[in-house]
Amino acid sequence: MAVSDLVLYEADHKRFASILDRLRKDANAKVTFLIDKNGQQLAVAGKVEGLDPTSLAALSAGNVAATDGLAKLLGEKEFSTLFHEGEHDSLHINVVSGRAILVVIFDERSSLGLVRLRVKKCTGELAAILEDIVNRSKSQRGTAAGASAPFAEITDDDIDALFN
Amino acid sequence: MTFINYAAREINCKIVYYGPGLCGKTTNIQFIYDKTGATAKGKLISLATESERTLFFDFLPIELGTIRGFRTRFHLYTVPGQVFYDASRKLILKGVDGVVFVADSQEARMDANVESIRNLKENLKEHGVSMEKVPYVLQLNKRDLPTAVAAPEIEKALRIKNEPVFEAVASRGTGVFETLKAVVKAVLMDLKSR
Repeated sequence: MAVSDLVLYEADHKRFASILDRLRKDANAKVTFLIDKNGQQLAVAGKVEGLDPTSLAALSAGNVAATDGLAKLLGEKEFSTLFHEGEHDSLHINVVSGRAILVVIFDERSSLGLVRLRVKKCTGELAAILEDIVNRSKSQRGTAAGASAPFAEITDDDIDALFN
Repeated sequence: MTFINYAAREINCKIVYYGPGLCGKTTNIQFIYDKTGATAKGKLISLATESERTLFFDFLPIELGTIRGFRTRFHLYTVPGQVFYDASRKLILKGVDGVVFVADSQEARMDANVESIRNLKENLKEHGVSMEKVPYVLQLNKRDLPTAVAAPEIEKALRIKNEPVFEAVASRGTGVFETLKAVVKAVLMDLKSR
């Protein structure tokens, strides 16, 4: 495949989670998510009970992808921020270094201005971690530590067992 | 683009069901949803028109079990088959790990099948993925219809490499899990070979 796989280690997750938690507190938000542009959840902070994080990630990624398509039609590189306002909860979606999506869910205890400000402050940090991960994935590609590492020894029987 | 999450000890792969309009992509996913236990599946999301034609995509996350201590999670997507939704199809292929092409066996849909495969090749290429390398399975759907073309004839027209081929009647579930299993296997073996 032409695109490098994404490998997230415990330490990466902790770094993301700590930034997301700080953002959630600073922005007075309910939940903060970091999602890969393909719709995979990387990290989350806040109470996710009652939410469906997997669907939220897939739909946010679809939303960003469709908006990217619109941007290109207008000759724009991207629309980096999306905002959806609801009666109680609102969604602030921000593209981070063209690779990930930062989603903030907030209610009337916060405001769009505050969320925007706090998001802006932490995107640089998130982008730096993402860059580390991408560079590492590229350099490990095809090596024993690469994406295939846990699966180097899988057999047909392992796969058959998944369907039994 | 496979996502390996060591923090959660899970592997996430994206599988896309492709094919011409009304070939049965959503029916495949719906059957998988119906027959999968509640703990192994997420919500089935369908972004469809009022007449239940896929507008953007269907999405179904499933978890198949554990391999070498890693939970294996597959995100199944369908594309909208209608010709004029090409921009959406292109978006959904982003980051794909495996493709199922659902062909409509009816004689009148042969041209649509051929055109859809050509479109798939082109859209994969735009994401830097070659049809030759991507894990790929061909499903011949609607085998129960009287107008279905003989399987060897469809294979001759649509087969592009040595991909596994399955005959199916997705509305009854025939061939649906066999197809899924084959594409899962192809994706995992591809990962192993890297």
